[in-house]
Amino acid sequence: MPNATNIALIPLLPLAGFILLGLFGRKYGKNKAGLIGTALLLGSTLLALYTAYDYFFVYGKVNGVYQQFVPLKITWLAFSKEMSIDMGLVIDPISVMMLLVVTFVSLMVHIYSLGYMKGEERFPTYYAFLGLFTFSMLGLVLASNIFQLYIFWELVGVSSFLLIGFYYDKPSAVAASKKAFIVTRFADLGFLIGILVLSYFSGTFDFQTLIARLTSPESNEVKTAVASTFLGVSALSWGAALVFIGGAGKSAMFPLHIWLPDAMEGPTPVSALIHAATMVVAGVYLVARLFPVFSVTTPAVLEIIGWVGAVSAIIAAVIACTQTDIKRVLAYSTMSQIGYMMFALGVSHYGGEAGLGYTASMFHLFTHAMFKALLFLGAGAVIHSVHSNEMKDMGGLRKKLPITHFTFLVACLAIAGVPPFAGFFSKEEILLAAYQHNTPIYWVALITSGLTAFYMFRLYFSIFWNKPREVPGEHSAATGNHGEGGFVMMLPLVLLGTGAAAAGFIPFGEYVSTDGKALESHFHLSFSIAPVALGLAGILTALWMYAKASDRPAKLAASLGGLYRAAYRKFYIDELYLFITKKILFNLVGRPAAWFDRNIVDGLMNLTGNTTVLVSERIKKFQSGKVQQYAIFFLGAVVLLAVLFIYVWK
Amino acid sequence: MMEPGLYHILFISTALFFIGVLGFLTRRNLITMLMSIELILNSVNLNFIAFNKYVWPGKMDGLFFTLFIIAIAAAEAAVAIAIIINLYRSSQSIDVNNAEDLKY
Repeated sequence: MPNATNIALIPLLPLAGFILLGLFGRKYGKNKAGLIGTALLLGSTLLALYTAYDYFFVYGKVNGVYQQFVPLKITWLAFSKEMSIDMGLVIDPISVMMLLVVTFVSLMVHIYSLGYMKGEERFPTYYAFLGLFTFSMLGLVLASNIFQLYIFWELVGVSSFLLIGFYYDKPSAVAASKKAFIVTRFADLGFLIGILVLSYFSGTFDFQTLIARLTSPESNEVKTAVASTFLGVSALSWGAALVFIGGAGKSAMFPLHIWLPDAMEGPTPVSALIHAATMVVAGVYLVARLFPVFSVTTPAVLEIIGWVGAVSAIIAAVIACTQTDIKRVLAYSTMSQIGYMMFALGVSHYGGEAGLGYTASMFHLFTHAMFKALLFLGAGAVIHSVHSNEMKDMGGLRKKLPITHFTFLVACLAIAGVPPFAGFFSKEEILLAAYQHNTPIYWVALITSGLTAFYMFRLYFSIFWNKPREVPGEHSAATGNHGEGGFVMMLPLVLLGTGAAAAGFIPFGEYVSTDGKALESHFHLSFSIAPVALGLAGILTALWMYAKASDRPAKLAASLGGLYRAAYRKFYIDELYLFITKKILFNLVGRPAAWFDRNIVDGLMNLTGNTTVLVSERIKKFQSGKVQQYAIFFLGAVVLLAVLFIYVWK
Repeated sequence: MMEPGLYHILFISTALFFIGVLGFLTRRNLITMLMSIELILNSVNLNFIAFNKYVWPGKMDGLFFTLFIIAIAAAEAAVAIAIIINLYRSSQSIDVNNAEDLKY
């Protein structure tokens, strides 16, 4: 049986870190803050490892099916007998898998930041925020109640906002943090309405009960929910679609992805933790958590999810090919990979072999967390060394940063889907699932996987090969000798590199599947030929174009003309949003509202204020300070009242 | 000789009351004002005793009220004199016209 104390401690330790460092860090723990945060998180990680071992190998499996356990549930706000907001812990395959991912990546980032953020003015605050984020993310993962999930969902949004805007004296960082917050918050509005719709029809907030009630087509709840329609679509579909909008906002799915590239203004380890490995996959996790509802009751919404994922995957991959800021390339790559996870869920069905997409999606989430965190941390090491995000300032760094170079190469191979690295296995499963259930999406995915290999190796060659721009020695003379960071920065790279290389060999289907039964993962050699060949073609193209400095990229860009420019400007989606908000919303809604506020609302306030001032000016002389005068007024008033009561009102 | 009745006592207490009010409103010396307040309180006491004796002869309520008022008057006098002493220390005078700092 799961041990509730152990599991509860996993999120509570980072919370303790947040409170300790947040309250006392700046005064006492200037240098110790990082170590305290890391030590607490190490505790969490060990507990998570123990929990995972215990669940997967000791008690989790009953009759060959992984069960869902709720070892702890505290009713927090009860609206009625059935409707209550609980704080609970759920232990099932995906939550345990996410526990591992979140604690492990967070630990790596904690260790890495010891070196990367060293000497930073707000070092303790940084670790406090990391603790807050880790706590919220773990709470989200373990939520047993849809409202609990929503609370932690907003908490991760807040900590993401705080960390993106960590360098708050930089205007672009402030703008980026606001953008991220507003866009995700806007999406969360949909999520909240979705929660209310789903829970209204199911009569509960509890995940287990909600799923059970909404997945049996004969139940009264489903019947009423399907019967009531809005704009010709059943209420249940609306609820599911609105919940997905929340997930799409958090996971940066098209067209709500605009905040993710800007979020790269935050410190690089934060990008690795929040905007690559954990928080952005919360949307995928949400869809996976409610997967039975999506797949059994509202397959149309699942179809939409699939297409949103596929479109995001390919658009992001195209944009990533043209960006020059290495963190932005990685951001678009993240969006593309999350698109993979989304459409893998979208093409999946519930139960048995047809649930391959679900397993594949979770598998890809797991491997992606490894190699994408590694890529970001590697990019961090590069940025740490050259003090620039731009590709043109890099080149030829392979001698200077050997460990970073090697681990980065491993991660690139993994994400490009080259066997036997981790990404190969998970991507093959996703492609297979798409091939079996939705051929158009399969073709989109196949093209995307070629593009992925191309842009990742474009990044790799531009950073580590190409021709160095400066004369050797000049750079290091200007900025001091910046080699690789110390041991604390290299250790996470090596550990994550091991994960990125080897995680693919985990027989994931045995542990995670739609119905808890082990899923046989077949390996089709003939099927793998096409994606691997495309991947290699992408790598070779990148090699041809970027291995040595040449005018080939410029020529190709020129020959593509408009398409290249459009991709470089991110297909003008930011501009479109700006047009809608600035030109339309501000002028038609904002200005009248501002006028109303300034003239009517403020006018009323000023009127009451001015009247009060005027009247009190007139009557303040009554307050003369003469006791006997007061006594006369008092006496007069008493006599008056006496006369009134005796003769007038009887 | 006529036996004094309720009206006689009420007349005295009313006279006392208005003497007190007049004193409170016209005298400038704080001690004299305090004494005027005592006159007002005592007129009330007389009323209580008189009504108790002539209207509800079997009851004690009026007497208790009187006792309470005497006790409170003692406390009030103590507080008032403390205030007067402090005023004197700060402004070397117990004229009520000098104590008018608490105004707009």
